[in-house]
Amino acid sequence: MFERIKQMMIKEFHQIFRDKRMRPIIFLTPVLQLIIFGYAVTTDVNNVSLAVYDLDRSYESRELTRRFEASGYFQVFCSIERPEEVQDLLDRGKVLAVLQIDRGFSADIKKGKQAEVQVLFDGTDSNTALVAMSYANAIITGYAKSLGGPHVRASAARLDVRARAWYNPALRSKNYNVPGVIAIMIMLICLLLTSMAVVREREIGTMEQLMVTPLKPAEMILGKTIPFAIIGFFDMFLVTIVGVFWFSIPIQGSLPLLVLCTAIYLLSVLGIGLFISTISKTQQQAMMGTFLFFAPAILLSGLMFPIENMPVAVQYGTYLNPLRYFLVIIRGIFLKGNGIPILWPQMLSLFILGAAVMTISALRFRKRLV
Amino acid sequence: MSIAVHIEELTRTFGDFVAVDHVNLSVKKGEIFGFLGPNGAGKSTTIKMLCGLLMPSSGKGSVGGYDIIKQSEEIKKTIGYMSQRFSLYDDLTVEENIDFFSGIYGVPVEKKRDRKEWVLKMAELGLRRTDLTRTLPGGVKQRLALGCAILHEPPIIFLDEPTSGVDPVSRRNFWDLIYGMSMAGTTTFVTTHYMDEAEYCDRLGLIYRGRLIAQGAPAELKADYMKRDVLEIEADRIIEAMDVLRAHDIETAIFGSSLHATLEDGDKGIPLIRDILGEARIEVNSIGKIAPSLEDVFVTLIEEA
Repeated sequence: MFERIKQMMIKEFHQIFRDKRMRPIIFLTPVLQLIIFGYAVTTDVNNVSLAVYDLDRSYESRELTRRFEASGYFQVFCSIERPEEVQDLLDRGKVLAVLQIDRGFSADIKKGKQAEVQVLFDGTDSNTALVAMSYANAIITGYAKSLGGPHVRASAARLDVRARAWYNPALRSKNYNVPGVIAIMIMLICLLLTSMAVVREREIGTMEQLMVTPLKPAEMILGKTIPFAIIGFFDMFLVTIVGVFWFSIPIQGSLPLLVLCTAIYLLSVLGIGLFISTISKTQQQAMMGTFLFFAPAILLSGLMFPIENMPVAVQYGTYLNPLRYFLVIIRGIFLKGNGIPILWPQMLSLFILGAAVMTISALRFRKRLV
Repeated sequence: MSIAVHIEELTRTFGDFVAVDHVNLSVKKGEIFGFLGPNGAGKSTTIKMLCGLLMPSSGKGSVGGYDIIKQSEEIKKTIGYMSQRFSLYDDLTVEENIDFFSGIYGVPVEKKRDRKEWVLKMAELGLRRTDLTRTLPGGVKQRLALGCAILHEPPIIFLDEPTSGVDPVSRRNFWDLIYGMSMAGTTTFVTTHYMDEAEYCDRLGLIYRGRLIAQGAPAELKADYMKRDVLEIEADRIIEAMDVLRAHDIETAIFGSSLHATLEDGDKGIPLIRDILGEARIEVNSIGKIAPSLEDVFVTLIEEA
């Protein structure tokens, strides 16, 4: 039995590493995804382009502008001379925000009266606008404080709210994204490899040949999934190493726990890959099937959009998505240092899901063989 | 002599379609049994049931003494199977393919080396052992596939159209291999639709529309089923000649550049055919009785069926 599984695995590895299309999928895609998510896909708000419409032209107005610039969150794009320009710059998307300081700003400050400034935001991208708005509030409040009193009012910034983000104090989206990349890479690669490898045998006719050998269905399933599980682990370590050493992502939790949870996750992923192989006749179909599952799985996992914001029916649907559980687990391990006492409900759910999917797929696979 | 393959009333249906219809046959140990029939007649379906790939709808059978319904796992260890589709891994080297199947069939470690060398020698691949299988010519691949299917020295081998798409010289070499194995006591169950290959078999079974319509040694089939005579006619405009003879209810078929006509009595037929063709102003170059070929036998049997 072990001899036959071993032979299947040797053969799969020979085939994968000889396939010119597969090598880049295994080695290059994870790193490429990591670079994209690490550098480009960021929800951090930096360098918001700002236009300044300074009608006061005083020491105080220039000081406030300087504070915007010095914060690092805003970058002064230009100064506005005429009121029409405000609308125009925002309309054309040249700037995301306009700081308007009316005449009399400095005079009001000097008199101890309430001085007002206006900051206009382009709300098209609501997330960015909200974040930038809170930055602007903080800057203005800070300036008012330095004057020794609540002289400058920025909309409703009377309350001194001090928000502090735990686990990811700098709110770096990298820290949040890199564990996510591990989860989606394992899924994509294992789904593709498993479904294609099985269908390829059926396509070229070797499946029939294998079926008249003493190889048993269970041995075939193991021989067809263990190699891809190994590759899944390999990619998990590859992304983790690059993430930790290049992007300085912290790992707060235990590495052995991460390995254990990845194993549980692989159970469902390989099961789904096997399932796709049982409903596909050609390798193209297997590839289409993989992406048909993969795209919604990512969108409905909480990777990019919070599950709590989805319609209730869809929220229930996400319980069937292994990525949903694994994201919570992997982010918990990386960022919060969670252990089994906290993660066990996710681990258990993922295990039950995986066992169910694997059983169904294995039964279907057997049925297609006999 | 003991029986290697035996089936009784074996039937397989797919919905309303009866692919194999109450077939009975037995193959003796060491025999080369040829299974003939047009495409879709039920040859592959029968072989699949014998190899445990497909469950019969009814009937029973045994291969190597094991029941085809209950003991398919034992059967798989006893047989070698090679199908019409080239069944090796194209993207593995010659040696990797041999090692893989050797492992899957559970060839004992101490024998692995010898068996590998035997296959390499048989397929004449000693110098190409590290070549990718996809780079080999068709005939060589076929022999390698056969070699891989019999690495575990099975007493019974099933070959499903093993030589389709292979050139005549390679086919000849392939059959030499089968003869060699038969001499050594291996039972061979082979399907083909090449008539020349059918002549190489010890015994034949003809399957048509799921039913076994004849079986016996090639010579027996010719003697038993060919009660009528076959005339070979060489004439001008043979297609026209065939139409004219058929219009007179004479069974006629084109064989190469001549016509074969099948009649109850050949001696009476010669003048008759001369008259008919003369009337149609078709010149007859020669006409005479010939020994029927297997193809004549099968054409007749299928037309009667």
